[in-house]
Amino acid sequence: MTSELELLASKVLESAQPGESMEVYVTRGSETEVSAYDGAIETLAAATSAGIGVRILQETTEGQRVGFAWAGSLDEDVIAATVVEARDNAAFGSPDPDMVLATPDGLPQVDVNLFDESVRTVTTDEKIAFALELERKVRAADKVRGVRSSSYGDAEVEMALASTAGILTSARRSSAGASVEVIAADGDLVQTGYGYDAGRGFASLNLDKIAADGIDRAVSMLGATKPKSMTTTVVFDPRITAQLLSIISSALSGEAVVKGRSFFAGRIGEMVAHPQVTLVDDPTDPRAYGAAAVDGEGLACRRNVLIANGQLQGFVYDTVSARRAGTVSTGSAVRGGFAGTPQPGCRALLLEGGTLSRDEVLATVGNGVYVAGISGVHSGVSPVSGDFSVGAEGFMIRDGKLAEPFREATIASTLQKMLTDIVAIGNDLEFLPGNAAGLSLAIAEMSLSGS
Amino acid sequence: MSNALLTPDVAQRVLQAATSHGGEWAEIFVEDRVNVGASLDDGRVEELSSGRSRGAGIRVLVGETVGFAHTADLSEASLLNAVAAAASVATGREGSTRAIDLTPGGAFPTTVSILPSTIGKQRKLDLLFAADDAARAAGSEIAQVSVQYNDSRRRIVVANTDGVFEEDDQVRIGFMVMAVANGDTGLQTGFQVFRRTEGFEVLSEDLLRDLANKAANQAITKLSARPAPSGELPIVLAGGSGGMLFHEACGHGLEADLIVKDTSLYAGRVGTQVASKGITLVDDSTMAGEWGTTRIDDEGAKASSTTLIEDGVLTDYMWDFLRARKTGRKSSSGNGRRQSYAHLPMVRMTNTYLLAGTEHADDIVASTERGIYVKQLGGGQVDTATGDFVFGTSESYLIENGEITVPLRDANLIGNGPEILSRIDAVADDFSMTTGTCGKDGQSVPVGCGQPTLRITSCTVGGTA
Repeated sequence: MTSELELLASKVLESAQPGESMEVYVTRGSETEVSAYDGAIETLAAATSAGIGVRILQETTEGQRVGFAWAGSLDEDVIAATVVEARDNAAFGSPDPDMVLATPDGLPQVDVNLFDESVRTVTTDEKIAFALELERKVRAADKVRGVRSSSYGDAEVEMALASTAGILTSARRSSAGASVEVIAADGDLVQTGYGYDAGRGFASLNLDKIAADGIDRAVSMLGATKPKSMTTTVVFDPRITAQLLSIISSALSGEAVVKGRSFFAGRIGEMVAHPQVTLVDDPTDPRAYGAAAVDGEGLACRRNVLIANGQLQGFVYDTVSARRAGTVSTGSAVRGGFAGTPQPGCRALLLEGGTLSRDEVLATVGNGVYVAGISGVHSGVSPVSGDFSVGAEGFMIRDGKLAEPFREATIASTLQKMLTDIVAIGNDLEFLPGNAAGLSLAIAEMSLSGS
Repeated sequence: MSNALLTPDVAQRVLQAATSHGGEWAEIFVEDRVNVGASLDDGRVEELSSGRSRGAGIRVLVGETVGFAHTADLSEASLLNAVAAAASVATGREGSTRAIDLTPGGAFPTTVSILPSTIGKQRKLDLLFAADDAARAAGSEIAQVSVQYNDSRRRIVVANTDGVFEEDDQVRIGFMVMAVANGDTGLQTGFQVFRRTEGFEVLSEDLLRDLANKAANQAITKLSARPAPSGELPIVLAGGSGGMLFHEACGHGLEADLIVKDTSLYAGRVGTQVASKGITLVDDSTMAGEWGTTRIDDEGAKASSTTLIEDGVLTDYMWDFLRARKTGRKSSSGNGRRQSYAHLPMVRMTNTYLLAGTEHADDIVASTERGIYVKQLGGGQVDTATGDFVFGTSESYLIENGEITVPLRDANLIGNGPEILSRIDAVADDFSMTTGTCGKDGQSVPVGCGQPTLRITSCTVGGTA
């Protein structure tokens, strides 16, 4: 069945002129957010939004030139103006034989259900009650001095994509999430902790787990001190492993590779990681938060193996970066809403083959540090050079068990070295918001800087 | 302002509707934003894009509860619908019919000579090509150059039931160069930005060529960089390099929303010594052309300058309307900002800086036996409850025997804001501003920051050597 949005996108294509190809991306969505503070509703926000992004490619003798325009509205006159602006922008583009729109590649879409009807049936009062109860539960806990925020939010969004190259597709997804920011104190000692949960609908959220996680992350860190500097094995909390995989994935983008901005460039077939490392990006896995049936150019999402048994297998590509690299799209175009153009990227990374529970990972390590939180990722990690240096807090590991907490330290290495220094992979999978699943991961030979 | 986004008549009727629904206070924020972006990658025009967003956000207040709704449709009917949605927090309360008298703030002088929209697209692209050219000319090591140009015009109108009716027209322009150098040690990047709250008149080919050359040389220099040390060392921050550090490490903890929730370690400390003597920290949205400068904030309050720390003593916090109202303060300090009409305003910094001292920058380096000279910082973040911060260096050198020697690979600095403030033992007489994008609770706003060359006696450096 053709959706209303698909019809709208197809209609816009009718304005394409001879010698032009056009791609139209439209979205429409609604969201609500509730936050509680001190037993009362702090904010209650409800909104709907819509927008369009138009790419126009013009033929020249030396290739196609592209222009892009977007607008935060689906009004008829706004759409017409957006098309005119995209066309005008195209006239200034550099002709490029690789600049083409995606064409259907025959791979069928895997049906992934990303919509939970409970985002529609849950009432505003229930959402308010959730945020209030989450705050109440946390405040009642021992050593909790305050709650900076307790909130619940949900959203549903629908998108359609149509192009003169034969793409016509649509998708919809729902999401719900709740979080709490906890301040724990003991005398003069203060620590913060953040608990959250996210899923496709209200029903999938576990209030008790969010509260317990936020409280534990704050309270268990009370009394943390600066550790001594040393070279040691680091065990990453699942949340942090997910962040780490996400950073590594930006160096696996075909775009970064063809533009010489990745330390993986030119290394296909080489051993780039420990032999037990197999890294896949599989958006057709419905457990993944970033699961999707179609990519940002309308091609079917598929399972891509990036590293197999330590050996670099390939990169993720959208249509343009694939042509530049002399290959085909891996169905990995992502776009940041209607205001963004497609870029290759991972949606559902998974480090496969972990066999150990978290306790077994800790036991394997024996002595080291457990990192529960990192900071400064954007400034301290470069997917270009591979340099890695981030702020870290967590616990010392002694005799295979978590010991006293530490804070105000950094851990450093290079991403290249970290991949080969992996010594244990957990089986404690957590599917988290973002583009990677988390699990406990141990990496040897990292520099811990403290005092 | 030409073709008004919101007339006082419509504003009055919409606000009246909010109070008749039971709202105690209400506000309409209308925004019309036009963005133009161009990027050159590998010597090719990668993308020329134009974007437009326009809409209104409506806040209705009952007690301390905020109801919020926004719409992309600026018709009166749509605004009335949004008001009804935002006023759902007032359900069950009796409405009032009190008169609302809007006093338009009137015309204001523009500081922009050349609106970027009056400049042809080709001229903007020519600047990108010139910068690309200059970066590549810096050395054969340069493997990749990416250059971006952005301009934006943001027109806003704010009206509220207290009678405020203010408008602003904010024009910003930005230019960014990233160069990648390739050498025996792998790839290194250099990065430079130039951003102003001004018109196209501030850009010149020479300026951008110079910027590109700096980015390229930064990448080339880093090819021979050594791993940064690991452990505690003195840090000399070059003028302008570390402004974002004080923004993160100290500024956020001085935002009144954290203070009233008692989630900042600066809560309840006005009048006490929180930094070394000689340290004065100011937030000032009136500085001409700076990245965080505006004529009014996003709640209609006039731009102003607030001294936060004076000679080491905490003097005030930064305030928005809600937080000032809650504590019975006369007015906000003009720090209520929002990313767009679809976001709620909150307390944000504008241009935050440390005042210059009296020493000479060269003497500060010369009197440092071993340490790190930071010429450029990358981004960072802070835990406002504890003051713990982390900050990345993007250009730094080793100081040995009072001299700047070898370049160092990027590393993070980690420390505690209040501790760092009391460990500044030398402040130079130079001063320079930089620009940043500040993220808080999922909203990004442009900010300026500045600082003279100064020395922190000890800070943890997260290198590997």
